[in-house]
Amino acid sequence: MELGQATRDAFGDALRELGEQYPQVVVVDGDVGNSTRTEPFAKAFPDRAFNVGIAESNMVSVAGGLAAAGKTPVVASFACFLLCNSFDQIRMSVAFPGTNVKLVGSHAGISIGEDGPSQMGIEDVALACSLPGVSVIVPADAKSTALATKAMLDHQGPTYLRLGRPKTPVVYADGCDFAIGKAIQVRDGSDVTIIANGLMLAMAIEAAATLQEQGVSARVLDMHTVKPIDEEAVLKAARETKGIVVAEEHSANGGLGSVVAMTVAEKSPVPMAFVNTGDCYAESGDPAGLLEKYGLTSSAIVEAVGRVTGG
Amino acid sequence: MSEETSRLSVEELESKANTIRQHIIRMTTEAGSGHPSSSLSAVEVVTSLFFGGFMKYDPKQPDWPDRDRFILSKGHAVPVLYAAMAEAGFFSVDETMTLRKLGSPFEGHPNMKRLAGIEASTGSLGQGLSLGIGQALGVRLDQRPSHVYVMIGDGEMGEGQVWEALATAHKYQLSNLTAIIDQNGFQQTGSTSDVLDLTPFDSKIEPFGWHTQTINGNSMQEVVSALETARSVTDRPTMIVSKTQKGFGILPLLEEEGDTNYHGKPLSADLAEKALELLT
Repeated sequence: MELGQATRDAFGDALRELGEQYPQVVVVDGDVGNSTRTEPFAKAFPDRAFNVGIAESNMVSVAGGLAAAGKTPVVASFACFLLCNSFDQIRMSVAFPGTNVKLVGSHAGISIGEDGPSQMGIEDVALACSLPGVSVIVPADAKSTALATKAMLDHQGPTYLRLGRPKTPVVYADGCDFAIGKAIQVRDGSDVTIIANGLMLAMAIEAAATLQEQGVSARVLDMHTVKPIDEEAVLKAARETKGIVVAEEHSANGGLGSVVAMTVAEKSPVPMAFVNTGDCYAESGDPAGLLEKYGLTSSAIVEAVGRVTGG
Repeated sequence: MSEETSRLSVEELESKANTIRQHIIRMTTEAGSGHPSSSLSAVEVVTSLFFGGFMKYDPKQPDWPDRDRFILSKGHAVPVLYAAMAEAGFFSVDETMTLRKLGSPFEGHPNMKRLAGIEASTGSLGQGLSLGIGQALGVRLDQRPSHVYVMIGDGEMGEGQVWEALATAHKYQLSNLTAIIDQNGFQQTGSTSDVLDLTPFDSKIEPFGWHTQTINGNSMQEVVSALETARSVTDRPTMIVSKTQKGFGILPLLEEEGDTNYHGKPLSADLAEKALELLT
């Protein structure tokens, strides 16, 4: 598939563009604005951007205070530092009081590559999902990220938007209908369903094409919102196809796979298989090599489909 | 609304403080749990803020955008805040007697989602000053006259986030922010000087770019003067190191009990009765 913008770039451009239309939006940065791409907004609206330095705990609580004063703070850092370093601040200054803070974690997953596992957010979705009232969004490509950014600002309440570092395949060349909590069916199919988000969506589409050649009809759902999960789309897939594979660039526990599995197990059990980074930390290396080594490929998805269909 | 905000004399404030202390004792004894001693040390500061003409607020319109804001970062001392807000007319004193009971919005720590007028949900120490900075930046962006007051515990100063916040407030020259350290000298397991001694606070905080004052925080006159001085500082955030005594007002009783820290426990009904006598 053709490579497009990185999701962090699409977010940065969208935020900058929306800045005038949303005068209440402010940015709180932990001195990584040129990485998270809040920098264009900060340059365009210097009075509405606060770089509080390398102090993520303080950064998140400052955002909570700005929200309490009626602002819509977008607080951005690397996914791992934002969720892991400031988890208690997210809990107490954002989730528990329900402040209208927009958490944005860039550099999610192992595809950041050479900087290595200390910089890779592989626990962030699980952590974000564990917080009552926080919506968790993982867009797949540039166009859907731009729409997710606007949807996030329109949404009243805490949200977590997860972004990646590398260029991402174009899934929605002509745009898409994006609504928080509403999965997008990218491809219909009747034998099996692949539920994916982030950069795994493009791989799911590739896998579905390969499966087609093998005579397996795979439905592909873009589950860009992990929480609240689109229960209707998940259960429809469980009822209409014979099994579900969930693919995500995240550790094995607590992410999209866990959320889909809970939904399916309670309401409509079907065979399931999971594609993720497993229960381990990755290592430094080139992004493509890392994705291959840690099992995040379209062929891994095809194999997982084999496990649920018994093929 | 601001013209209706109370502006009591020092003598009247002292009387009000006494009433607030009585509410604290009744509330926590009725609840059968809570932190009366941590609340009692802070009474003079909270009383001055609410009734000494320092904070503008409208109990009928708790979210009035031009109000001043008080954030109790040491959230376990919330009975002092409930008592002051009840006296100010946000709700009745009777209602606060449901403290910590199932279904009551008067939770064990402040919950802004359930009680109008509470400016921040606290209870995990270290976050209040950062929240106050956010509020101070927000009201300044909107060119509101609001002033933000944050009360921090001395034990709480062990949280690194407070020091991150001190630096940030200086960066943004937040003259609409005043913090108060309620230095009552004790924390959960013993004296603050034994657990993690960060005193003297003023000589550590002043180089962070703050205006600092150190006062006897159980002297109403000193508290009022310090808050007046804080208001006159227009180029920096101000810190009031308020040296207090945990359990101030009923100390003789706590001494009799052999526990002047008395952390996180209510007075028994008998002891509460004696405390109320002492406070009348």
